Order: sequence, then C-alpha cells, then structure tokens
Amino acid sequence: MKIELTEVLWIDQYQELSLADLAKLSGLSETELNELVDCDAIMPINTNSTEWIFDAGCLAAAKTACRLRNDFELDTQGLSVALTLINQIHHLEMQLHDLRAQLPGRIF
Amino acid sequence: MKYKDYYNILGLERKATAEEIKKAYRKLARKYHPDVSKETDAEEKFKEVAEAYETLKDSEKRAAYDQLGSHQSGQDFQPPPDWGKQYGGSSFSFDDIDLSDLFAGLAGGRPNSNQRGSNISVPGQDYEVTAHITLEDAYQGTIVNLNISVPEYDENGHLHRVSRAFKTRIPKGVVDGQRLRLPGKGGTGFNGGHNGDLYLNIALHPHSLFRVSGHDLYLDLPVTPWEAVLGAAVEVPTLAGPVRLKIPPGTHAGQKLRLPKRGLPKPHDGEGNLFAIVQITVPTVLSERERAIFTELADISTFNPRGHFEQETKHEN
Repeated sequence: MKIELTEVLWIDQYQELSLADLAKLSGLSETELNELVDCDAIMPINTNSTEWIFDAGCLAAAKTACRLRNDFELDTQGLSVALTLINQIHHLEMQLHDLRAQLPGRIF
Repeated sequence: MKYKDYYNILGLERKATAEEIKKAYRKLARKYHPDVSKETDAEEKFKEVAEAYETLKDSEKRAAYDQLGSHQSGQDFQPPPDWGKQYGGSSFSFDDIDLSDLFAGLAGGRPNSNQRGSNISVPGQDYEVTAHITLEDAYQGTIVNLNISVPEYDENGHLHRVSRAFKTRIPKGVVDGQRLRLPGKGGTGFNGGHNGDLYLNIALHPHSLFRVSGHDLYLDLPVTPWEAVLGAAVEVPTLAGPVRLKIPPGTHAGQKLRLPKRGLPKPHDGEGNLFAIVQITVPTVLSERERAIFTELADISTFNPRGHFEQETKHEN
C-alpha cells in the first residue's frame, strides 16, 4: 500500500493562534483559557488587545493544562500554579542542559 | 483479548470503595503523571493507572468489569456470554480489541454508541508519538515512517484496534523537544466533529562528537600545548564537512572558539553557531629528545601560572 507523504506544521513562536484556535487544539474552553491568562499562566502576544493572539508555543502549555485538569480534576487556580511551576522546571532543565553541553565531554 | 487487573494496578482489593479508588488513583497519578514525574516509564505506568481509574470510577463500567471475572494479568480471556448485550447493546466485537477500548465504548466512554447515533458532534482524539532522529537528520531534514496502533470504529460501529502508518517529512532545523503537528491525522471525528491531530515530539539521538544546545553545537577540540601557545590552523568536523579553524596564539584551555553559522539551521532565519571548546592535551609518552626540550623549556621559562596565589597570600597577611 502506498503511503502518502504528510507535511507537518511547526509549533513555535512564529505561528499565531486565536483564542478559538487555542481552545479547539488544546481541549480547554475559552473561559478556562481566559482565566489562565488572567493568572499569567498563559500569555497572549497582544495583552492589550481585545482579540488575543497566542504564539503556537502556548499550545504545549495549554495541552498540559488540559491533561492536568482531566487527570487531577484541578480548577483553574490549581492549574495556573501547576503550569507556573512546570514552566519554571522546564526553564531550569533547559539551563542545565545548555550548561552541560558546554562542559567537556571527555576528561583528559 | 488480554486481561488487565485494574484493582491490582491501583493496589486495591476488589471490594474497595469509590473513595478508596479515587485516593489510590490520585496518589499514583501524582507519582507517574508524565507532566510532573521523572520516574522511569512514568508515561506507560500512568496510562495503566489512568485506564484502571477510568473504568473503576464509573459505577456502570465497574460493574461491567467485575462481571468479566478475575483472571491473571495478561491472560487471554473472552467475556461471558451475553456480556456484550447486557452492557454494550449489539455494538461490540471482541476481536482486535484492547480492554481499554472495550470500556471506552461503554456508556460514559468517548464516543459511545449513543453519541454516534445522535447529532452531537464529537471531535477525534489527538495522538502523540516521539520520533527519534539523528543530529544529521535534524541538520538536513528527513522523512520518517510512523506506525501507531489506535482504537477506531468501523462502519458498523464496532471498535477495533487498527494500525495506521504515516510517512512524514521532518523539516531541517528541528531541535530536541521540538513539537510538530500533523493536522487531521489523529482519531476520526463523529457527526461532523473534526478529526484529531497527530503530534510529533522530536528526540535527538546523542552524537559522538557534538553536544546540542538549541541550535548551537559544542565540540571538544583537543590541541597540543605548542598549538595552544604558538597558534595553529587545524581541521575540525562540522555537520557540513570538515573546515579549517585558526587557533590564535596564547589560547587557553576551556576557551570557546566560535564557528559562526556552523550549527543547526533555524527554521525561519539563519543558523546556530558551532563552538569548539579547547582542551589542551599533553603527551603521556615522550621520546628522549622531547623530554630534553621540555626540560630545557622548564629551565628557561619565567612563566608562573600560580603567581596570583603568592600575591593573594601576601595581601591577606
């Protein structure tokens, strides 16, 4: 059977999503996303606008929030605390990874 | 169909109360949830725990599960006669099916027979897979073949576990942890619900020479003491092939020499850098002449790399 080649879409800061897009892709409701934005757990690019735009990098955080909501029955306040801590851990892990990359791999 | 002991997975007796089931799930979910756990095989363990809880928390599904009887985990079994009629109407086939798929198809599952028969639109499920690729693949881009096993309903409404194959182009410039989306390649939606997406997580295999930090690469560059002192031009490997690198005179151990734009390509603009980290390597076996030259150098050199020790000690006294 011939399998067709599928092209992928990047999920990064160069791709933009509306609030409705982010809700559809993440599984969170627009109300939940509004509350997470109010708690600074997810940040739109244009905070001052009435029609929020998110970079697609937010999708990972929103999907994580959706999983945590479903798996732990967390409310939005609990989700925002968990997301903030998970973001901090990711940030520290990336710093650690970057520093390790700069260390010599061999000891002479 | 293989039996799974959901009570055993949650560490419970079969007579456990709903509250005990919830408590056991929460404890294990905190331990194994892939978003928060660093345990080995956390994702697999969490899937088992979540699957067990999904069935046992629902009184109707739990009753249906209990009716299956008690078997050894992993043992092949068939549900009792009429079990399908009693709990799922006529929409069950027990071939090519996993226990979790069976219970997902019961009322309260997603999407159940009622939803499929009604006008409620149900979006398809998103799936997530990890593609392990080499650094060279990330540099040049590559095509990967993916095979996933997922539950799907056939035209008669029977749930089956099916194998789906994809051939996907990984564009150049992906980094470790990069996520890519294949729209509409997840589970099939019902009643006009959109199909789910397939998410691809990129994981780079460790490379024998290069260490990766975002789009930058790091390479240990062994140099001789005389190359470090006098300077030299040496050949270094890059992902695009070897290049000549100038080592300036007086280069220190640990110094980072930057080779601009020799890192991974960035998806939208430019490239990362390659950093060669100087490692001064000394010969351990010396010829007589080499030893004589080093001895002469030691005699005539006034270089004192520990001079600041003395100054600091005097200063403190």
